Amino acid sequence: MISPPLLAIDDLEVRFRTEEGESTPVRGVTLSVAAGETVALVGESGSGKSVTSLAVMGLLPRPAGRVARGRILFRRRSEQIVDLAAMPSSEMRKLRGSEIAMIFQEPMTSLNPVLSIGEQIAESVRQHMGLGRAGAVKRAVEMLDLVEIPDARRRVDEYPHQMSGGMRQRVMIALAMSCNPSLLIADEPTTALDVTIQAQILALIDRLRREVGMGVLFITHNLGVVAEVADRVTVMYAGQVVESSPVKDLFRSPRHPYTSALLNCLPARAKRGADGRRMVQSIPGTVGNVGEGCAFAPRCAHSIEMCRTSSVALEADGERSARCLRWREILA
Amino acid sequence: MWLTLGRRIGGLLIVMFLVAAMVFFLTRLAPGDPAALMLGDQATAEDIAHLRQVYGLDKPILVQFVLWLKEIATGNLGQSIFLQRPVTQAIAERAEPTFFLALFSVSIAALVGIPAGIVSAVWRGRVVDQIVSGLAMLAANIPSFWLGLIFIQFFAVRLGWFPVAGYGDPGAPFVERIAHLALPATVLGIVNSALIIRFTRASMLDVLSDDYIRTARSKGISEIRVVLRHAFGNALVPIITVVGLTAALLVGGAIVTETVFGLPGIGNLVVSAVLRRDYPVIQGALIVVAGIYVLINLLIDIIYTFVDPRVRY
Amino acid sequence: MEQSPILLFFRRMFRRKLVLVACIVLFVIVLMALLAPWVAPYEPTAIRVIRRLKPPNELNWLGTDEFGRDILSRIIYGARASLGIGFAVVMVSMTVGTLFGLLAGYFRPLDGAVMRVVDALMALPDILLAIFLVAVLGASAFNVVLALSIVYTPRVIRVVRASTLVIRELPFVEAARALGVSARRILSVHILLNVASPVLVQATFIFAYAVLAEAGLSFLGAGVPPELPTWGTMIASGQQYADDAFWVVLFPGLAIVLAALSLQIVGDGLRDMLDPKLRKAL
Repeated sequence: MISPPLLAIDDLEVRFRTEEGESTPVRGVTLSVAAGETVALVGESGSGKSVTSLAVMGLLPRPAGRVARGRILFRRRSEQIVDLAAMPSSEMRKLRGSEIAMIFQEPMTSLNPVLSIGEQIAESVRQHMGLGRAGAVKRAVEMLDLVEIPDARRRVDEYPHQMSGGMRQRVMIALAMSCNPSLLIADEPTTALDVTIQAQILALIDRLRREVGMGVLFITHNLGVVAEVADRVTVMYAGQVVESSPVKDLFRSPRHPYTSALLNCLPARAKRGADGRRMVQSIPGTVGNVGEGCAFAPRCAHSIEMCRTSSVALEADGERSARCLRWREILA
Repeated sequence: MWLTLGRRIGGLLIVMFLVAAMVFFLTRLAPGDPAALMLGDQATAEDIAHLRQVYGLDKPILVQFVLWLKEIATGNLGQSIFLQRPVTQAIAERAEPTFFLALFSVSIAALVGIPAGIVSAVWRGRVVDQIVSGLAMLAANIPSFWLGLIFIQFFAVRLGWFPVAGYGDPGAPFVERIAHLALPATVLGIVNSALIIRFTRASMLDVLSDDYIRTARSKGISEIRVVLRHAFGNALVPIITVVGLTAALLVGGAIVTETVFGLPGIGNLVVSAVLRRDYPVIQGALIVVAGIYVLINLLIDIIYTFVDPRVRY
Repeated sequence: MEQSPILLFFRRMFRRKLVLVACIVLFVIVLMALLAPWVAPYEPTAIRVIRRLKPPNELNWLGTDEFGRDILSRIIYGARASLGIGFAVVMVSMTVGTLFGLLAGYFRPLDGAVMRVVDALMALPDILLAIFLVAVLGASAFNVVLALSIVYTPRVIRVVRASTLVIRELPFVEAARALGVSARRILSVHILLNVASPVLVQATFIFAYAVLAEAGLSFLGAGVPPELPTWGTMIASGQQYADDAFWVVLFPGLAIVLAALSLQIVGDGLRDMLDPKLRKAL
């Protein structure tokens, strides 16, 4: 018997009201994360991947942003399935930080500079686990130990400005893990870090996932990172999912031209030029106005007239799906 | 930290020196011989010459300045021409109403201004924000003496809730003093809350868009806690600055309000000294007011170290 | 469609209706002050003892004062002195303040000295410094302008210096320097043009402060001579009749509030429009 996934986003549409009018950064996103698996959500900036994650957290900027359509189904610890998109904000708050936790891109600015890191972790623990002050501080020390911060007992009283970026990101992870979440959303957690620190942080998140058995939604624009951490990948472009696939299949045979283009941008995949050096590719053009047809068509080498005029549906095929009219032809 | 504090104190001493120099030399620009002024109309030329000698007014002006600086450095601000007593004593006698007026006014201004500014920032652009910002704008542009006159008319003359003016009999209980200070402190509280509202709103808006606020929200704590503990804690430094400076400027800046309400404070002393050309009193009051301003600035710097761990280490 | 810059300026400026209203109010006040002899219903100094301290009525819309003089006419004439002094203060403090601000911001050695003097001047509350200066200079309209200019120049210096410090590091200034353009030309062309907008915003605020401060000084008897009708002297001389004839104090004060408030709103509007960061956030 297959249990329902931990997180199932179904046809999610997010709208923002701005001075210039209404925009739709997320247009019908569908994806799922099962317990114990890591799903990477990939796309360039502005593709809607971060907005999707904020919608799951119930942290869309108010009053500008709102979920206009779709459901975000989440399986609670009690096995009850709830729709996060339709949840009253007071209920959502109880899940946030306890069953669903998030770590952010900027470790340097994501921690409150005037509170000690112990206070910041303890605050979350006291809120959700009902521990007293002493218990919460003890828990904070345990969490710092868990994320391999040396001398946790002393460092728990330190302030963020006394720590390096890598250490701060460990603190962020400790904070996120402090109430044993079943779903962790990691929004570009290593982008701002040195490459060596990056690998350590990735290994740490992966170790915790295995030990706790939580699901991880890993948001990144870096396909190199995806290859290391993810079980499955969902690629977004201009607010839509263009391809979803197990990670191995995606790297072996991408179906959507945008995915192929992204893969060609990876240094390891770059074709060697005449002088034997690898040439890093780029995708020509920019994301244009989204109209009727395929959003990627204006930049796509394979696009035909029909790509621009008719709407393109996400075509599922077993474990994989792609939003392209011609993927079979292109593959062949 | 000690180094920066030391540097700050050095800078503040220079500021005090410049204030003293400005006060001294500008006073010498004033028309009329101070000695003749002191002695009045019936003085003979010999009397004036004698007094000039006694006060060292016959010496070169730079020598006079140095001698005067020495005096004020030891706390002697000279002798009042009209009050028959040392300037320090005259100021000390008038300090109490000014001190309490400043204290009550800044308390009212802060108690109104900080919550209003926070509310305005949290509901930015909504009706509450527009009302609060509009009222702040209005309050900043009302002359305090005019508002004082209107309050006196309404609350004291028509309704009789408060005494019209003055500071009560000497030796009256403090409760009576409070009744006398209520209206002027409210007027100054309203007028000065404007700046505090605008500052609080601006710093809260600044802080509320910071990344750690999103982190705090992601922890599932209540929005009130996010605003008061996480945002306000970080907006505290500029807010403390503006409240402190308001307090400092109220010590000598409540002149007009003191006059309207007939409060025998330092402002009142300055006005009567100006009208009587009692220069030693004017000079002394200016030095004292600037000194208090400088001291409060230092105090603000010290408070920073308690509020912001980044300054502490 | 391409829009002319002037049109764009006005469209941005008046996005908020309040700013438009404030501009109109200011315009009307200034026009009344300029055209006072034609606009005012009476001579501001015409004494009619039988009509003293009359409440607002159809002959004297805002009532009469203790000498039977028409308050509306005195407010209209008073605008000349009050706004005239305010405007003069703005012109003087802007000119002097911009000059010293540029010098302090551009020439490092001057910076310390200028800013210390600015600190010293700002260590004294505005009104206390002003009353001291008027006391030593003597009470006259000219000296009130001088005193208030000394009080408000430091604010301009601070604003100009801060902007200059930023602008002097910008690539185009560096480039000009590298090309051997003289410091005088860099300051007068490149930097001055760029500090113009913060100075303009500051000028409207100083205008409002100066109107308020002038009223305060006149009220204390340390401003312009009482014969000259200004909004401050009107309140000062009407003060003792306030118990029976409230309008004597009320209307001149409202004139001050209206003028200062309009100036402040216009200044705010200018700042929101000129500051690109704020503009986006609006």
